[in-house]
Amino acid sequence: MNKARSNPLNTTLMHGALILYTLIALFPVFVILINSFKTRKAIFREPLALPNSESFSLIGYETVLKQGDFFLYFQNSFIVTVASLFFVLLFGAMAAFALSEYRFKGNTLMGLYLALGIMIPIRIGTVAILEMMVATGLVNTLWALILVYTAQGLPLAVFILSEFMRNVSDDLKNAGRIDGLSEYAIFFKLALPLVRPAMATVAVFNMIPIWNDLWFPLILAPAEEVKTLTLGSQVFIGQFVTNWNAVLSALSMAIIPVLILYVIFSRQLIRGITSGAVK
Amino acid sequence: MQPRRIRWHIVVFLAPAVLVYTAVMIFPLFNTLRLALYSRIDQERIFVGMENFRTLFFDPIWSEQFWNALGNNFWFFIVHMLVQNPIGVALAAILSHPRLRFAALYRSAIFIPTILSFVIVGFAWKLILSPIWGIAPDMLDMVGLKSLFAPWLGKEEYALTTLALVSVWQFVGIPMMLIYAALLTIPEEILEAGEIDGITGFAAFWKIKLPLILPSIGIISILTFVGNFNAFDLIYTTQGALAGPDFSTDILGTFMYRTFFGFQLQLGDPHMGSAIAGAMFAIILVGVCIYLFGIQTRMRRYQM
Repeated sequence: MNKARSNPLNTTLMHGALILYTLIALFPVFVILINSFKTRKAIFREPLALPNSESFSLIGYETVLKQGDFFLYFQNSFIVTVASLFFVLLFGAMAAFALSEYRFKGNTLMGLYLALGIMIPIRIGTVAILEMMVATGLVNTLWALILVYTAQGLPLAVFILSEFMRNVSDDLKNAGRIDGLSEYAIFFKLALPLVRPAMATVAVFNMIPIWNDLWFPLILAPAEEVKTLTLGSQVFIGQFVTNWNAVLSALSMAIIPVLILYVIFSRQLIRGITSGAVK
Repeated sequence: MQPRRIRWHIVVFLAPAVLVYTAVMIFPLFNTLRLALYSRIDQERIFVGMENFRTLFFDPIWSEQFWNALGNNFWFFIVHMLVQNPIGVALAAILSHPRLRFAALYRSAIFIPTILSFVIVGFAWKLILSPIWGIAPDMLDMVGLKSLFAPWLGKEEYALTTLALVSVWQFVGIPMMLIYAALLTIPEEILEAGEIDGITGFAAFWKIKLPLILPSIGIISILTFVGNFNAFDLIYTTQGALAGPDFSTDILGTFMYRTFFGFQLQLGDPHMGSAIAGAMFAIILVGVCIYLFGIQTRMRRYQM
């Protein structure tokens, strides 16, 4: 390390640029959050001021909690996300293990087939997916969404996990075989625990797009009782466009859980992205 | 290993993933392409061959909308390539600077918009840019540029670019992270060797780092391409299925949704919807092929 790459002027410029961009990135979120706690008058009179004792109001949140079924939406989103992640990880890891562990006819071909879906968005097949869900009676159930997101997440999961499965020591697995473990036991007891970091990466990658998706909930599960949080807030805000307090509060209620999750998982997420899982 | 014996555990391991993937992704994909060759006439599904595509490309009512959506989609993509990716690369270059303080903090903060849903992002910006609320004009006023303000989302000539920039704002974190990861893998020795030859600062970035991260820039470009040509949520949230004003923000995703699902007075037509999906599939496939065979194979991989 030498001095040529760190003179004080450069450092100031770098911090200046980063602070500027950080402000651009956070400003809209900040404005929404602070205004959600204000009276209607204060929202319009001084949109950039923090709420004070005079302008503080929870009227927006009251409307939202009274009118919208946000707890139900939240629960639906939660079930869909967790179940999809579970299936993506379980099925993905099993397939990845089969592809990286055993030599069999068509191994490479199967790998390529499963990798196809990495680049091709599942949305292209929406018309036929809807037709299939209607035919099987799964439309307007959470299962429709879980199935779609599982299929969507599998290709990348198999791809990333097989890279990691290849690194699991053969000696370990062979030792297990000599001890009489079945292939299933080798997978669940030896291989799976060793690729846990990679599974966390896959989970975090899949979590955000599933939680935030609007397309499939809109098309496959628009009924009130199976609405996800994303669709629910979209519909709710659409109905309350002129009630600024309600809209701002609904937005804040959608932002806050994601922000909390992000604060908890951001390390995992950033490590996952930068660890080169997608190279 | 004996030949001709089925090793059932391999089947068991592969079956769930292959079944779900085939049934919910691959089969509907091809089924959609097949449906594009049919039409519904008097409640009957009739094979019409390429007729739907002919309507889509040449019938004035349809083709005008289709080319409009396609053109808008290309502009949407170009804005991302010209704004999102350079900003992402620049931020990553600054962040990867050794001994920069608070790097992790900046990184996490700049990534926040990326984790928010389109619904939040769309409505938040809609409110901020709204002339009724007045945050945007007030802020421009502070720097003396109030005359520049216009209701951007409501003007045909600005709406699409504004939405593209909102999407850039949301997704800048992705190129930033991927390039940042690529920059971290460049060994210190290479940079030191450059310094001995007098290449530092900006020159080091242009002449040493940039060529080394070109493969990552290629990956980002193709991810941006696929993402943009399958975009829908942001436009739908802010402008509705009609992608107003006067279809000026219509892209292939919203066009397909409108066609296939119907809106207001127009009935949904799954077969024309499938035809649009087929066109999107072809465009994405061409893009991916150009990347795989034209760019990726020619890119020099440096051994590091």
